[in-house]
Amino acid sequence: MSTLAQPARTSRGFGDRTRTWAPVVAVFGVGLVLWQWVLPLLGIERYLLPPLWDVLQAFWEFRSELLSGGWITFKEALGGFVLGCGAAFLSALALARWRPLGNALMPYMIAANAVPIVAFAPITNAWFGTLSPWSKIVIAAVLCFFPVLVNTLRGLTSVRPESLELMRSYAAPQRVVFRRVRIPNSLPFVFSALKIASVLAMIGAVVGDYFGGSTEALGVQIVSAVSLAQYEKAWAAILVASALGILFYAAVALAERLVLGWHPSIRAGVE
Amino acid sequence: MSDSVVSAKGISKTFGKGGVTALQDIDLEVGRGEFVSLIGPSGCGKSTLLRVIGDLVEPSAGEILVNGKTAHRARLDRDYGIVFQAAVLYDWRTVAKNISLPLELVGWGRAQRSERVAEMLKLVELDGFERHYPWQLSGGMQQRVSIARALSFSPALLLMDEPFGALDEMTRERLNDELLRIWTETGSTVIFVTHSIAEAVYLSTRVVVMSPRPGRITSVIPIDLPQPRTVETREDPRYFELVTEVREALHANGGER
Repeated sequence: MSTLAQPARTSRGFGDRTRTWAPVVAVFGVGLVLWQWVLPLLGIERYLLPPLWDVLQAFWEFRSELLSGGWITFKEALGGFVLGCGAAFLSALALARWRPLGNALMPYMIAANAVPIVAFAPITNAWFGTLSPWSKIVIAAVLCFFPVLVNTLRGLTSVRPESLELMRSYAAPQRVVFRRVRIPNSLPFVFSALKIASVLAMIGAVVGDYFGGSTEALGVQIVSAVSLAQYEKAWAAILVASALGILFYAAVALAERLVLGWHPSIRAGVE
Repeated sequence: MSDSVVSAKGISKTFGKGGVTALQDIDLEVGRGEFVSLIGPSGCGKSTLLRVIGDLVEPSAGEILVNGKTAHRARLDRDYGIVFQAAVLYDWRTVAKNISLPLELVGWGRAQRSERVAEMLKLVELDGFERHYPWQLSGGMQQRVSIARALSFSPALLLMDEPFGALDEMTRERLNDELLRIWTETGSTVIFVTHSIAEAVYLSTRVVVMSPRPGRITSVIPIDLPQPRTVETREDPRYFELVTEVREALHANGGER
């Protein structure tokens, strides 16, 4: 043991951490100050961007409907995320296992990805009913699907040839090669894609709301607040949506950290 | 014949349609307990020959028996362990789990596996490192893990494809001695691909010299240096004679050295 330098997993001192975070906090503070005091001085109108304090007040005033609306929209996003990412992962497994299938389907997938999915939102309403959460879940799912598919497929296939030769030397069947080599190898790619997908799912759900839905949903509240000239409330709703998106992303990032303790990208973050 | 671990007759390998002839008419017998090195310039097909023996590459022509069975059957029976130039450890597995991977595939129980892993770690002198991840080890240590993994299920045959090629000279010499000790202790048969003349002579009981385009065997040089090989071996005049002999055999082929 003594011949080996202990890996840099020990937590850093408080001073180090302050040095890392201080600039981040400072930039955040400067941003808030600009928003609250500098924008009004520049003559930015309230309907363009209301001052921060007014937005926070609106949030407080409408907190219960904003938060319950946020929860509704978040559930739509989460449903779409699970559905879209799950389908993408399984598809990637199938495409990696049967390459001719992948070669045959890939052009269509790429073409489908080029279609602006959000343009389908009114149509999913027609399919599932305007008030059904499924119309939003499907949009979120479709948005998540492609990045997860492409990244997972890359992760499953970018295995060193020797890794596969080794499994072949053990006479390991494909099932075992996938379980022991290809899937673990794909996980860093999968998590990168899941982080992208978490954000896309939130976007899909909010935009889905714009085309109608339960009046409580967050996206619907944004649309109706703007039409009633309640700009502060609209901005407060946007803040809630952003906060939920960030929480969603952070949750995926945390899961990544827990699962990929062995991976260089995580190690670099620890050092 | 029955004591041949590897018996190759007329092996040829052509890649692609009418493409490069990697191997041409290879005849090779390797007896039980031998340490045979394949040496030659790059492109002479030595790695391909190793892969043919391991049934990782299918020969275009010829017949090959490993442990008296077809190479395919021998692979399915897990008759050999293989070590590559890169350690090829799985980054997501600890050292212990990397070593026990083949044992898991063979279906050993947990207790049996951990007992064997401890034994293997002792064999390659890495006790205490079982819970480390590959990235926490130096290149030489990683390669020792890879050797432990190849030996964990006690295969009769060890195939090594330039296992120490990426290591510095000092580490390489230390691992050479370690490999010889393991070879003696386990009584296994080793086929060892290298492009280092000194390494081939020091380790082997026989050196097989190959030449490129097309890859074939041009000479086989028995190494009659006394066992066990030690620091003195490297200073033995006979050692230098043999190094010269191998070098001349390589040059006679118009090799790169």
